Amino acid sequence: MQILNYTEAHHQYRKRLRGFLDAEITPYVNQWENDRIVPKSAWQRMGAEGFLCPCISTDYGGMGGDFHYSVIVAEEMARTNHTGLSAPLHSDVVVPYIDAFASEEQKKRYLPGCVSGDIVTAVAMTEPDAGSDLAGLTTTAEKDGDEIVLNGSKTFISNGIISDLVIVAAKNPAVDNPYQAVSLYLVEDGTPGFKRGRHLDKMGFWSQDTAELFFTNCRIPKANLMGEEGQGFYMLMQKLQQERLVTAIVAQAAAEVILEWSTDYCKSHTDASGKPVSKNQAVLFELVEMTTEVKLGRTFIDKLIMEHMAGENVVIETSMAKYWCTDLSKRLSRKCLDLHADFGLTEECPIARAFRDLRVMPIFAGTNEIMKQIAGKFMGL
Amino acid sequence: MDFTLSKSQKEIKKAAWEFARGKFDKEMIIEQSKAQTFPLDILEKAGELGFIGIHFDEAYEGGGLGLFEDILVSETFCRKDSTLGAALKFSAYAAECILRFGDKALKETFIPAIAGGQRISTGAFLEPDPGYDLSAVKTTAEKDPDGWIINGVKSHVPLGDQADIHVVLCATDPTVEPRTKGMSMLLVESDREGVFTENRTEKLGGRMVPFAPVRFENVRVPPTHLIGSEGMGYKQLERFLIENRIQIAAMAIGTAQGAFDRALAYIKEREQFGKKLAQFQITRHKIADMANRIEGARYLTYYAATCFDQGKASNRMASMAKLTATETAMAVTDESVQMLGGYGYMTEYEVEHFYRDAKHAEIFQGTPGVQKDIIADEVIGKLKP
Repeated sequence: MQILNYTEAHHQYRKRLRGFLDAEITPYVNQWENDRIVPKSAWQRMGAEGFLCPCISTDYGGMGGDFHYSVIVAEEMARTNHTGLSAPLHSDVVVPYIDAFASEEQKKRYLPGCVSGDIVTAVAMTEPDAGSDLAGLTTTAEKDGDEIVLNGSKTFISNGIISDLVIVAAKNPAVDNPYQAVSLYLVEDGTPGFKRGRHLDKMGFWSQDTAELFFTNCRIPKANLMGEEGQGFYMLMQKLQQERLVTAIVAQAAAEVILEWSTDYCKSHTDASGKPVSKNQAVLFELVEMTTEVKLGRTFIDKLIMEHMAGENVVIETSMAKYWCTDLSKRLSRKCLDLHADFGLTEECPIARAFRDLRVMPIFAGTNEIMKQIAGKFMGL
Repeated sequence: MDFTLSKSQKEIKKAAWEFARGKFDKEMIIEQSKAQTFPLDILEKAGELGFIGIHFDEAYEGGGLGLFEDILVSETFCRKDSTLGAALKFSAYAAECILRFGDKALKETFIPAIAGGQRISTGAFLEPDPGYDLSAVKTTAEKDPDGWIINGVKSHVPLGDQADIHVVLCATDPTVEPRTKGMSMLLVESDREGVFTENRTEKLGGRMVPFAPVRFENVRVPPTHLIGSEGMGYKQLERFLIENRIQIAAMAIGTAQGAFDRALAYIKEREQFGKKLAQFQITRHKIADMANRIEGARYLTYYAATCFDQGKASNRMASMAKLTATETAMAVTDESVQMLGGYGYMTEYEVEHFYRDAKHAEIFQGTPGVQKDIIADEVIGKLKP
């Protein structure tokens, strides 16, 4: 029995997506991992098939789907064992800011491209000295006539190289209270004064371009302010919820996929005595324990998705899910690698990439330490 | 029982640290790890200074010291850098098989160059599709009047395409039951006719010790290239693994310590929410856990090496050290990555490769499950029927 109310249309969408990913994405993943980037054309193919921003209204070229569609994309992407074509980041983390807070004019300008994949987005919050502590950000936005001048640097920005449109969090230096000083701005690729920094080398997420962004007297029209001035913090806090939920969903789906692959491996390989590896009592127990954990996670996540869709206040549970599911996927990647024994030492083993990729999940979208801090606060501790 | 290092042991540690500080360049390590290349120039210098063959007999240009001194070097090198540190010591991988089981002539011929860092040795034990069965040896060595003729393929051979000397586990008598009693170790130089290496495997960790398959096609070696006794190959491998697991435990301790050093420096500098990370209670408790685990694992490993040097080596001690040290390395490097946050995930900040190297150490020479099987075998002993 399923917790979520998937309809026949959802099932069809999932089936069509899986076929598309098998045919047009998975065969190129190794190449993209080596290239350290996914070509724009792959984004556009995803868009053309309706797999980007499924929740955006038909008024802007979307399909006006519910959040189930986003969940389906996040889950199916996990099977491709790569993270570069980060549809969930674009569709469910960045674009929702535009959808929720941008003006009608801004929406008309950007959303159709976001849906088609012609516009790939990024959100720039983190700075070299402001990670967990977002209030410490120092990028400034100052008015100058009809323009806004941005100065500062951002780091660890996903889609940092490929993005055509970046949502930048910056502070008005004239406002003292950091929580009232932050606004969000839309900055297009090619704007003078906006430069990409280094394409950062990292443990995993090889096919995703993580980069530094620099703003040096970067002038944008006043009209590129998104939402109300000084409301940046409020907007971030509101949308970070969904970012964290999506991170938990991605982690949960990854845990399920690597466990499925590892279980298959243990059933189809034999040990020294000629028995399938899965018949070893210790392996059997481990597989059962991991499957139990994954099922517990799934139940929690699906219920949370339902509550999130119903608009309930789920700050505590979302923080818990983000920390628990990302830790789960990290923990499982380590154990599943062991189940592959010496094969697990090499990159030919798919779990090796998952091991590298999944390690970042307890760090980004708010570290798991921050998640516990937030949950504690809302629990009245 | 003396738990402290002697003056000369402290000096060895200091010398290894000075060497590593002088030669281990961060940029070079990141570059060469990415390309999976091995820095031969540094190996030669490490060999000249006696770090490679420190535990080899003086008669063969070794340092004449014990496994204990050897692991002090491994630990110290890996503390400075887990990838390069392990790679330097792996240049002499399986040389102990020649040293402990080989005859005088074999040792005289091969050991000095390995000790000096001029030649690389390796062990060709595993075969394609490895995983659970070290005894599944299909590579054969047939005896004829001129020596041995070897045929087969070995996989996961550390530095397989760069090694000069291979210690090869072969089935020499396929009729014997159990199979393990029909195996022998043979020494094969890589320049012998019929030795072919294939493409390297991309590795998750330990990337300066790339694996490559090695294929032996009618390779002839003289009778003198038999290491130890005929039929004793598997037994010798098991004895070598005792020594090697203690070595890997020490590398894991160094790996844990190196990541810990970097995390500690970071939390003392990094400020968020108006205070240093080191002032948050949760960080403090994590640091305490990490320090605690490293100390515990270190002494267990030192004890295992001491037992080995006193001739009281056991599978149990070696596996306990390996299990504890690599689990410690995993826990500590994992937490170090977390403490550095986004920086922890970036190549430039190093701890990410300590984390991958710790995982490599945890699987190589037996996963935690394998170590537990070994420990349980000895702890439980033979059951009454």
